[in-house]
Amino acid sequence: MSWNRKHLLDIYSLSKEEILTVLDTARGFKQVGRRSIKKVPALRGKTVVNLFVEPSTRTRVSFELAAQRLNADIINFTAEASSFKKGETLKDTIRNLEALTADIVIIRHSSAGAAHFLSRVVESSIVNAGDGAHSHPTQALLDLYTMRDKKGDLEGKEVTILGDILFSRVARSNIWGLQKLGAKVTLCGPPTLVPKSLESMGCKVTYDVREAISNADIINLLRIQHERQQHSMFPSLGEYSKLFGLNRERLAWTKPDALIMHPGPINRGVEIESEIADSERSVVLEQVTNGLAVRMAVLFLVNGGKGESFE
Amino acid sequence: MNAEKVAEDQLLFDVEKVHSMVVSMADAIKTYHASPDSLVIIGIQQKGVLVKESILRLLKQAWPSEEISTGELDIGMFRDDLGANPVPHIQPTSIPDHLDDMDVILVDDVLQSGRTTRAALDALRDFGRPRSVQLAVLFDRGQRRLPIQPDYVGQKLDIEDDQLIVVKSLEEDGGLQVYLALK
Repeated sequence: MSWNRKHLLDIYSLSKEEILTVLDTARGFKQVGRRSIKKVPALRGKTVVNLFVEPSTRTRVSFELAAQRLNADIINFTAEASSFKKGETLKDTIRNLEALTADIVIIRHSSAGAAHFLSRVVESSIVNAGDGAHSHPTQALLDLYTMRDKKGDLEGKEVTILGDILFSRVARSNIWGLQKLGAKVTLCGPPTLVPKSLESMGCKVTYDVREAISNADIINLLRIQHERQQHSMFPSLGEYSKLFGLNRERLAWTKPDALIMHPGPINRGVEIESEIADSERSVVLEQVTNGLAVRMAVLFLVNGGKGESFE
Repeated sequence: MNAEKVAEDQLLFDVEKVHSMVVSMADAIKTYHASPDSLVIIGIQQKGVLVKESILRLLKQAWPSEEISTGELDIGMFRDDLGANPVPHIQPTSIPDHLDDMDVILVDDVLQSGRTTRAALDALRDFGRPRSVQLAVLFDRGQRRLPIQPDYVGQKLDIEDDQLIVVKSLEEDGGLQVYLALK
């Protein structure tokens, strides 16, 4: 058991022990979700703010429910409805939220480093819910939770991440987290989205789908984020699907017990064939359930963490 | 642990002595509850679970042909000092499906302020409405801060504030030893 952090800003700075503390704590909170009364008073009287400057539905809803299940009061603050449109700076916005006695602020922002910045200017605990292409720690933690739940200790396990890596904070956070837990990571996708330079993160990079997936214990398919790409990085979604999508033919190349994951939302027929997404091999909905437990654990831990914020 | 802590914890009660305490608690439970039909024995994580297992072994010997309902309860999410003290390690909770109209015995290793018991009562409420809840503790060291009293006690202990009772389980047979340590 090791945790004294006031913030959760990224995965990179967490130790293996801290990651395992979150995952073990999440196991306890997952049990709460199976009870007829799915609520505990761990954050009773605390105020949590969901500050989503970049649009998101599932992460916001997951955090919202997590806070409610811990008995906290939660305020949702989104870019469309907020004072950002009136020209208020992020710093002023959060100072105002703090004046409303926010104990924990969950921030989603399109700029990398937004969460780190906020942690330096306010007293509240900051939880990063995704900042640009940098980090999405709770997504990585819920992926790790799901992998560990299904496959046990991740030491030495072969994990393949297939898809849009370059623009993906999920990919980066997964790579860091997986490496801390001792997994071997292979990246695959179109060269424009999976540059060879990613080998500097300690991963194997390949453009051969068969090579990437045939030996994998876990295959994490990442969404093609067409909305994040300023200009097209490959000719068409149809071509992506044809060259890299997980279809029945390619599924036959995989180990029979290889886990199929996807952080959602799925582009059905692009990253994954519809039928496979709904098959027993896929754990996409369990990832959603685990995400709730992991976010409860994170809110619980940062609320209790008394340590100094880290740089 | 405190840096000034003495090298060895002092053995307070050996396996035989602790066993005799648990026997007396199990006997008292059998005297009060004629049969295990409505009984649910719940150990409070972590050390209360060890004591619960010891009591359960004896009750199973007394009622060999009957099933005794049992569970484990973690009270970390229900503490009243969250945010003020180091964040607690959440241990698994497993409670039988039917608590309504059952007679629950909560088991813990040490009773002092009563705050753990208070948290356990709160936690239990989310699982159902037992007909009754009793409290069994291996040691009652007094110094209560809440109006909570045990129904079954292994032994009352009057020790210094800075001393800590540490229950350890012997791996071979689950026998318990008790040590005295400094906080």
